Amino acid sequence: MKLLVPVKRVVDYNVKVRVKADGSGVETAGVKMSMNPFDEIAVEEAVRLKEKGAATEIVAVSIGVQQCQETLRTALAMGADRAVLVLTEESPEPLAVAKLLRALVDREQPGMVIMGKQAIDDDMNATGQMLAGLLGWAQGTFASKVELSDGVATVTREVDGGLETVALTLPAIITADLRLNEPRYASLPNIMKARKKPLETIAPGDLGVDVTPRLTTLRVAEPPVRQSGVKVGSVAELVAKLRAEAKVI
Amino acid sequence: MSAVSEREAMEFDVVVVGAGPAGLAAAIRLKQLAPDATVCVVEKGSEVGAHILSGAVIETRALDELIPDWRKRGAPLNTPATEDRMLFLTETRSYRVPMLGTVMPHMSNHGNYIVSLGEVCRWLGGQAEALGVEIYPGFAAAELLDEDGRIAGVATGDMGVTREGERGPNFAPGMELRATYTLFGEGCRGSLAKQLMARFDLRQGVDPQTYGLGIKELWEIPASKHRPGLVQHSFGWPLDRATYGGSWLYHFGENLVSYGFVVGLDYANTWLSPFDEMQRLKTHPSVRQHLEGGKRLSYGARALSEGGLQSVPRLSFPGGALLGDSAGFLNVPKIKGTHTAMKSGMLAAEAVADALANGRPAEPRSYTRRVRQSWLWTELRDVRNVRPSFAKFGTLGGALYSGFDAMVLRGRAPWTMRHRHADNEVLDSAAGSPPIAYPRPDNKLTFDRLSSVYLSNTNHEENQPVHLRLRDPQRWRSVNWDLYRSPESRYCPAAVYEAVDTEAGDANGPRLQINAQNCVHCKTCDIKDPTQNIDWATPEGGGGPNYPGGM
Repeated sequence: MKLLVPVKRVVDYNVKVRVKADGSGVETAGVKMSMNPFDEIAVEEAVRLKEKGAATEIVAVSIGVQQCQETLRTALAMGADRAVLVLTEESPEPLAVAKLLRALVDREQPGMVIMGKQAIDDDMNATGQMLAGLLGWAQGTFASKVELSDGVATVTREVDGGLETVALTLPAIITADLRLNEPRYASLPNIMKARKKPLETIAPGDLGVDVTPRLTTLRVAEPPVRQSGVKVGSVAELVAKLRAEAKVI
Repeated sequence: MSAVSEREAMEFDVVVVGAGPAGLAAAIRLKQLAPDATVCVVEKGSEVGAHILSGAVIETRALDELIPDWRKRGAPLNTPATEDRMLFLTETRSYRVPMLGTVMPHMSNHGNYIVSLGEVCRWLGGQAEALGVEIYPGFAAAELLDEDGRIAGVATGDMGVTREGERGPNFAPGMELRATYTLFGEGCRGSLAKQLMARFDLRQGVDPQTYGLGIKELWEIPASKHRPGLVQHSFGWPLDRATYGGSWLYHFGENLVSYGFVVGLDYANTWLSPFDEMQRLKTHPSVRQHLEGGKRLSYGARALSEGGLQSVPRLSFPGGALLGDSAGFLNVPKIKGTHTAMKSGMLAAEAVADALANGRPAEPRSYTRRVRQSWLWTELRDVRNVRPSFAKFGTLGGALYSGFDAMVLRGRAPWTMRHRHADNEVLDSAAGSPPIAYPRPDNKLTFDRLSSVYLSNTNHEENQPVHLRLRDPQRWRSVNWDLYRSPESRYCPAAVYEAVDTEAGDANGPRLQINAQNCVHCKTCDIKDPTQNIDWATPEGGGGPNYPGGM
């Protein structure tokens, strides 16, 4: 079975993001970028399935600017077999991404798509679900455990209040949650070898998809700075402040 | 715990340790001279530029020689220095040094550029890769391959080792990068350079290296205040007359200001806190007026070598050479080391290319001769007495001597002042040091350590061995605490060191807590610890600060 693993290039999780002075978005110039951590978990899961013999080939896909090649090289170093870059000027919206992925699914015919549950930059949490909808495939989102047998994926999902286990008939979409696994390091020898693995670049037009944005960003602002606390002298004063100043009781 | 047997190896003609200006200039020069040579650069930062911290006003002399058409290739040198100011500060006033170009010719920045050195390195990295250099950021050269009396390359550190030193579930062994020649451009106080100096006795017959600690903040200020090209330096307050140091403040880019402060690590007062000096200097009108109303974007720190010519060690050894600030090529009165670092890298590359083409002798010996015959050596020779004169005569005497040296002697003094002591040897005891009271931060202009470290974007994988090691853990209590009252908790700009349980009632008494995750790789502890009891080792690759563009 072939696995398709979409990976997104995002601002590194260690970086404190900064809103551009004009409020048009987040500053990315000169900022360290890396693979979305949930996508790393997805890549790891795919590699483990291949190591167990449940999958035969892993195709990593990224959609975005030229530098997404670096993200794909990381996926290749972790164990993906080949990579496809859909080159766009900026990162498209979830629906456009889902449509591009659908076109790639048509082309590649994978048995499963494993992807991060959401990207840490826009926190949309939409692409996996949209892709499942467009394809009419089963979906197992927020996966913390995946088991495969006889064309069925048994997926443990992290839901509010506990764990839900679902059985999906393949082909299916799985979106990875934090506890699914702990991704391996891309080791130096594997990074060197990944330089020689195939990486194909295509345009959205090649897949017949229009990636024109449908959403308009009005404004991006930083969250308000947390005010420092005050010490109160008595319970009565606390109640008075909660009532008059905080207006919560 | 060793993974030696199972680690993979790869052969190169040349391995370069560190993707800073020296290492990248060396790699580029090598591929220009010997296009078929295989050249690999390893860098402990998560990407090229992630650990680069400098002012920086740079002189283009070396870059002009290395890549003459750098303008056409889009090098990020965009703000020419247009106005130079040198201020002498008292607590409330500032006096501008008149006729700066004559009195302090080294401080004239005509023709220089204010840059983000991290951005310059990212650009240099691209230039190197275009020539076929393989650059691997995120991998720390952790170990020398010392074989048959020569250095045969380096090994990267193991990844996924637990705090206890065991192999974790994600353990990945390091890799041997084997090379005919290995060039060490780790920057000031490189951890492998330190081993090499001991291994080959490279410091024999030269003065001890002396250092400074530079702490930097990047600010974005209102456009109405921004004067791109303005270069301001200060000396005097808040340091006392016996302590070497001063500030810089550069307006560059889009409403950006680089503000920073350097303290000579030969300071004597154990209560001195370079971080707090840097913070309180911002309250001086000469600095405040620039930053007020602005926003601090980033923060970082790095030690620098101030010893100059007298402290430059032997430069080559069997199997390799030292580059840039690993050797100590900073020009102190100019406060510039980028052009000299790049030049040293280029000269080493020329020596290595020559050696590769001529029988590959063990040691690229011609490097030293090339350095001595180049402008790099002349430049350092002419300013060799400036830094020691401050140690000898104090701030004002040093300034007067330096003016005399520059104007009258023009660097040709018939004497050479020595550095008598290493920086760790000159700290006064707590009882013998006058206490210093630092003001509390206002969180608008001045800040505390932790909120500052936060802006360096530093991180280290939590469950790894502590990379800051006490050679003798018992000694901290008897020396660092009893005698000096934990100077590391003050000189560390990243709040790594914390003396805890210091109250009289605490049963076990004071102990040292090491918050290694905060480390910004400045190396000051490795330098200044009174008994050299702290050893800075490379943590897992990719750890450490992630300085953004602009830094």
